[in-house]
Amino acid sequence: MTDPLLEAKIPPGPIAGKWDEHKFAVKLVNPANRRKFKIVVVGSGLAGASAAATLGELGYEVTMITFHDSPRRAHSIAAQGGINAAKNYRNDGDSIYRLFYDTVKGGDYRSREANVYRLAQLSVNIIDQCVAQGVPFAREYGGLLDNRSFGGAQVSRTFYARGQTGQQLLLGAYQALMRQVHLGNVRLYPRTEMLDLVVHEGRAVGVVTRDLITGDVTSHAGHAVVLATGGYGNVFYLSTNAKNSNVTAIWRAHRRGALMANPCYTQIHPTCIPASDDFQSKLTLMSESLRNDGRIWVPQRPGDERPADQIPENDRDYFLERRYPAFGNLVPRDVASRAAKREVDAEHGVGPLRNGVYLDFSEPISRLGRDVIEERYGNLFQMYERITGEDPYVVPMRIYPAVHYTMGGLWVDYNLMSTIPGLYVLGEANFSDHGANRLGASALMQGLADGYYVLPATISDYLAPLLGTDPCPTDHQVFADAEAEVGERVRALLSAKGTHSVDHFHRELGKILWEDCGMERSEASLEKALAEIPALREEFHKNVRVLGDGESLNQSLEKAGRVADFLEFGELMCRDALHREESCGGHFRVEHQTEDGEALRDDEHFAYVAAWEYTGDDANPRLHQEPLEFEAAHLAQRSYK
Amino acid sequence: MHVTLEVWRQPGPDTAGRFVTYPVDDVSPDMSFLELFDVLNEQLIKAGDEPIAFDHDCREGICGSCSMMINGRAHGPERGTATCQLHMRKFSDGAHITVEPWRAAAFPVIKDLCVDRAAFDRIIEAGGYITAPTGGARDANEILVPKSAADAAMDAAACIGCGACVAACPNGAAQLFTSAKIQHLNLLPQGQPERWERVINMVDEMERWFGSCTNHGECEAACPKDISLDFIALMNRDYVKAQFKQRRLAGQRR
Repeated sequence: MTDPLLEAKIPPGPIAGKWDEHKFAVKLVNPANRRKFKIVVVGSGLAGASAAATLGELGYEVTMITFHDSPRRAHSIAAQGGINAAKNYRNDGDSIYRLFYDTVKGGDYRSREANVYRLAQLSVNIIDQCVAQGVPFAREYGGLLDNRSFGGAQVSRTFYARGQTGQQLLLGAYQALMRQVHLGNVRLYPRTEMLDLVVHEGRAVGVVTRDLITGDVTSHAGHAVVLATGGYGNVFYLSTNAKNSNVTAIWRAHRRGALMANPCYTQIHPTCIPASDDFQSKLTLMSESLRNDGRIWVPQRPGDERPADQIPENDRDYFLERRYPAFGNLVPRDVASRAAKREVDAEHGVGPLRNGVYLDFSEPISRLGRDVIEERYGNLFQMYERITGEDPYVVPMRIYPAVHYTMGGLWVDYNLMSTIPGLYVLGEANFSDHGANRLGASALMQGLADGYYVLPATISDYLAPLLGTDPCPTDHQVFADAEAEVGERVRALLSAKGTHSVDHFHRELGKILWEDCGMERSEASLEKALAEIPALREEFHKNVRVLGDGESLNQSLEKAGRVADFLEFGELMCRDALHREESCGGHFRVEHQTEDGEALRDDEHFAYVAAWEYTGDDANPRLHQEPLEFEAAHLAQRSYK
Repeated sequence: MHVTLEVWRQPGPDTAGRFVTYPVDDVSPDMSFLELFDVLNEQLIKAGDEPIAFDHDCREGICGSCSMMINGRAHGPERGTATCQLHMRKFSDGAHITVEPWRAAAFPVIKDLCVDRAAFDRIIEAGGYITAPTGGARDANEILVPKSAADAAMDAAACIGCGACVAACPNGAAQLFTSAKIQHLNLLPQGQPERWERVINMVDEMERWFGSCTNHGECEAACPKDISLDFIALMNRDYVKAQFKQRRLAGQRR
């Protein structure tokens, strides 16, 4: 039975025709009327920038809010390897259906089929759009676009711009956005952080923000609010996310009534540089594209202390190639990560802390030549060398899994609207397309599909009936109340005057979550985390030390607000992980595994989206379920052997 | 390792700043320069002093947030490296390190080591884009782009917009940034229709904010992405050509 709150609005009919059908069914706003609608977009990454630019092009009046000093700095910029599209330019059997199927299977059958099919359809348009904007994708000598392969696929469908694909796609969206700023269709508010969502008569009517330079707390009203504020990976403290990435925007929306879906689905990326010490502030990703040529191995003998070049072929275990001959080093991320963890746990780890596995390029370098490898991965090799002081052309890279992406997020329907009417959620901030595990090069695809194509086509359905109404004025009591609450939160953080820094608490929270809700979870570990997190949260509010004031740039204060929200969110994440008594994708419950240690799903009981409703600070969140039905891609045990 | 830092502290845009000396012990050579600042800030918080404000985000050398003058050099001593990717192993034990914010009239100090680089956004706004509204694009492979053109455009597009070029320039000029942004688009077939207008609009906007280029070449030496000075030459060539190539008919001047 469908939960009345979770009406997914999936169009009827065969899967291939749903999106076209739906575009025809939605209500439209005519071009002359669009300027009468005000839309607030929060976040300037791929999803937010592309949405704001496209809405501006269509003629809506857009407010763009970003806490960065420039929209171009949003964390999408750090995506390295590429973007998938079902172009079949390689003639290797790719198709929209295959990209759809690979994505559903890669997500371990926990995504919404209709959304994924639409994503695969739109992937084709994204590449066209980006090329038209001047994104300098890699080319063949004849001038055609080049491709590479990514995990979970047996075709080459990934388009790339050296190791800086995210940067180039974001610059394309940012430049389109700045064109709209220049034309006056988008108003830009940089260094402005959203601290609350304002809901009036059941609809999202605006946001409360804090100017990070002056500390001013003000409001922005609109007919609709769009959150494109990214993922919550930093709840683990150490992750590959940028330092400022946080959960605050979607968490505040959750507290105002938006349901949070599948928060326990977090992606641990297999190829990151292993942590080196306590002062470590973040982990650095080495693009999945490296697995096109690099071979992953560990010494066969536990505790083998010989340097890599003195371990002969016979004493090496290429464990991914051995266990998954069909996909080899290109198995999906969750599979590769767990395999690496298993080797390190069995004392096959390498490096000074024995906390890594080798990613070795000696074979491709001798086969293809150093210059070919340098052209493909030069900037990644350079990045590795800067951080570790080791030359990966000579010594194999050492890698280990790290938190990278979060598949969970605010629940949205087919239109990308949350459970609060008028609140849309795009990109990593929503839950919809990646199920329990995202395939490489699909995050960029989803962010841009949501922003360039889906939202601009669906938002008119909500706006059209509002024609002739003004947005709720920002001097309305509902805004004043929300502003007062935000001001009170800021004051409370400044007045705790405790003994420990914000980072201290963040690091502690990260340790709890990595240990107990990380690559492996168990009932016992989750119960433990659920006992520890509230205690830590209480300690934080009593004992955090935030110096300085609220009327000027105060980075500790910014962090404190974000960590306070992580401390609430982390608990929900564990609760979701505890309730999901199965293993799927990135969510691995030790109690539920096959004989050879693969994730064991329970489709009978858990083929649903878990969407949590906030019911108050002292009450347990309420679970709602959206059943997942698979008509086109039939439920099956994943196999990459 | 032990190092002594001389850090520029300035409470706000309109207040006077000064150098403050901070010794830091137990520095690991594997620490990044920003992690050194994390450790120092933890010490300051413990002692009840306000931590040092500095911009940073990705810490992978790609977002372009970090911006420190280290011993008088933008992003410090290592070539082709942003501050976040600089590691303490590049300094000797006992080193004395001076750290300042970017120094340029167009980048006013906000607080301590944070500056306002919004002038870069104004340059992009003036024409740093290809007009290609969503929806109208034709198949991506229909227009062939020679590999050499795509590679050269990518070399320019690698700019992270950090502002080191401006900070390093004795004139506070932004030619390297602006030329990289212009040439990324002007080198591609898709960028041709707006080529001449783009270069004029962006250069004119740049001149409103920044100093003039006198070919010192400090910008290229400071650039964390090794953007080539050649792009400035290409921009200047396009700027001159644009004076003749503008397709507006005579008598229709704006």
